[in-house]
Amino acid sequence: MAGENLLKVQGVETYYGNIRALSGVDVEVNKGEIVSLIGANGAGKSTLMMTICGSPQAKTGQVIFDGEDITRLPTHLIARKRIAQSPEGRRIFPRMTVLENLQMGANLDNLKYFKEDVEKIFVLFPRLKERQSQRGGTLSGGEQQMLSIGRALMARPKLLLLDEPSLGLAPLIVKGIFEAIKKLNQEEGLTVFLVEQNAFAALKLSDRAYVMVNGRVTMSGSGKELLANPEVRAAYLEGGRH
Amino acid sequence: MTTQAENTSSGLMAKAVKEGIFAGFIAFGMFLLYVGIETYQNIDNQLVWRTRWGLLAVFVVVAAIGRFLTVAFFKPMVDRRKLAKAKTGVLEISSEKSFFHKHFLKIALIALLLYPIGSVMLFGPQGSLKYVDNFGIQILIYVMLAWGLNIVVGLAGLLDLGYVAFYAVGAYSYALLSANFGLSFWVLLPLAGILAGFWGVILGFPVLRLRGDYLAIVTLAFGEIIRLILINWTDVTRGTFGISGIAKASVFGIWSFDVSSPNYFPKAMGLATSSAWYKIFLFYIILALCLITAYVTIRLRRMPIGRAWEALREDEIACRSLGINTVATKLTAFATGAMFGGFAGSFFATRQGFVSPESFVFLESAVILAIVVLGGMGSLTGIAIAAVVMVGGTELLREMEFLKLIFGPDFTPELYRMLLFGLAMIIVMLFKPRGFVGSREPTAFLKERKAVSGSFTKEGHG
Repeated sequence: MAGENLLKVQGVETYYGNIRALSGVDVEVNKGEIVSLIGANGAGKSTLMMTICGSPQAKTGQVIFDGEDITRLPTHLIARKRIAQSPEGRRIFPRMTVLENLQMGANLDNLKYFKEDVEKIFVLFPRLKERQSQRGGTLSGGEQQMLSIGRALMARPKLLLLDEPSLGLAPLIVKGIFEAIKKLNQEEGLTVFLVEQNAFAALKLSDRAYVMVNGRVTMSGSGKELLANPEVRAAYLEGGRH
Repeated sequence: MTTQAENTSSGLMAKAVKEGIFAGFIAFGMFLLYVGIETYQNIDNQLVWRTRWGLLAVFVVVAAIGRFLTVAFFKPMVDRRKLAKAKTGVLEISSEKSFFHKHFLKIALIALLLYPIGSVMLFGPQGSLKYVDNFGIQILIYVMLAWGLNIVVGLAGLLDLGYVAFYAVGAYSYALLSANFGLSFWVLLPLAGILAGFWGVILGFPVLRLRGDYLAIVTLAFGEIIRLILINWTDVTRGTFGISGIAKASVFGIWSFDVSSPNYFPKAMGLATSSAWYKIFLFYIILALCLITAYVTIRLRRMPIGRAWEALREDEIACRSLGINTVATKLTAFATGAMFGGFAGSFFATRQGFVSPESFVFLESAVILAIVVLGGMGSLTGIAIAAVVMVGGTELLREMEFLKLIFGPDFTPELYRMLLFGLAMIIVMLFKPRGFVGSREPTAFLKERKAVSGSFTKEGHG
């Protein structure tokens, strides 16, 4: 199973107006892997994530998912290919309850698997079960992140894209969320593509990782290799971790 | 202890008096030019002015006393109540609801069904006209319009300032098709709805990429365009003269409400000849239309499309990343809302027997939107209450003859309608910023949860 290619980003260039945000990015994600993308603010990590989702679309290059070119598909059709995303800033629906938020994730199958999937999510994140009839906007940051991941999982994704799941969260909660991601990967074989600023946690979790600087991928390797790499340590780890 | 309490209460009084006087001064400054001085034309057609010190004094005194009472009594009372609530720790939303609260919808529905019969019994057929037509039908038209707009604004979160355009499309569709092709009300009612829905899609396409303020401006312009077309396309719409003599609705084509017709309904039923029976019939039609609107809205909210509308209101980007086609979602919201506007429009045409562009000015859109906002966006009950208060309240103003005793014989309360409307909006927004019914009822429940929260089981949520 592992080793088979699921997502392939080839020479992708993305522009915001005239400004080039990505200049020729190549990234591959194989089935069953956790791959992370680390880099500083403004390196283009989130742009790559959004380009995979088709908003904005890549100007040149190709995004191939499961052997199919999805570069020019509109966002909602890409989502229907079972690429689920927990977007930057979580973007849960604040006035809808936790359960309704999860329901929105299950819309692709018209709620066919809603009940069994909700139970799975509640096992993964028991906090959401306690809060199920509470409005999304009243949740804490960590709970909102859990909800955002849970909502993405409700779509039964082949590939889960996570954009900065640790943003603004306490270390203990980050640990819990990363453990949940690990568990999903090991038990369900879920493929995860993770964008993170928290390089240490991300590299420890990942099978492979890419480092991004100024819209280019400058380094890649296994998580362990990059953790040991002096350049990576100097730029992303020693400054950030105490 | 007691001295301290007296101290604070006398301090409060002093503060209240001070604030009351201050409010009086502000009122004097504000109303001096508007109320204190009046311009009028004299017999030589010259514009001259006179003073109205008495009326100005009334305004100032009302403001001063109002402020005094607010500071001295009303605010301490509210504070005390809040404090008491905080002490007992009882949440404002308790699961124990009164009988009236629990069965509010059923009681309201029965009251509405009996309303025309009751008013005929109390005031006779002729006397009931005022209550059935001016209050009943008028309010229900606005309830229906507001519920229709609620789909666009309340559920999908698309601010539409030109909703009256769809009302106009519905009304003119009925008026023109009935005058030119002699089609009956029951054929044209759905047709008018479909045509208005079609116009909803036409409006929807160009504004798909717009949100918030920009969308509001374009819809405002759309409303005006429709009105200007109605005024200027005189060959078809007869411009500002309007279209008169629009056919009345029949009782499903069996009986007619034309006095000259052989199967005149009251005669067939053995009732006295009166226009009241027609109004009562119309009352039940608009009531049925309202119930259909409410039913469709409630059903849609629990279907994928309704959920998508609400999610769209919350976060468009998240919607797209969950595989929702936002284009289709917006267009269906526009079309569905417009369709109900069209139904209401064709009903309006048959009730008035006359349509002209003057009925479809921007003010109407604003009033409908105000009702939706006051009622609490998305809440059907709240919107219905807001419509009763707002439309019923302004109708009630016409009845307030006693005000003439206070403000003089040439005081026409209807002219102050908009002033009161604005005042009511400010007050409601201050005390209930989310509208009368600000809470949103969830649509998703798990089985085991259903037994626990009994307050949600009443409508058969599944």
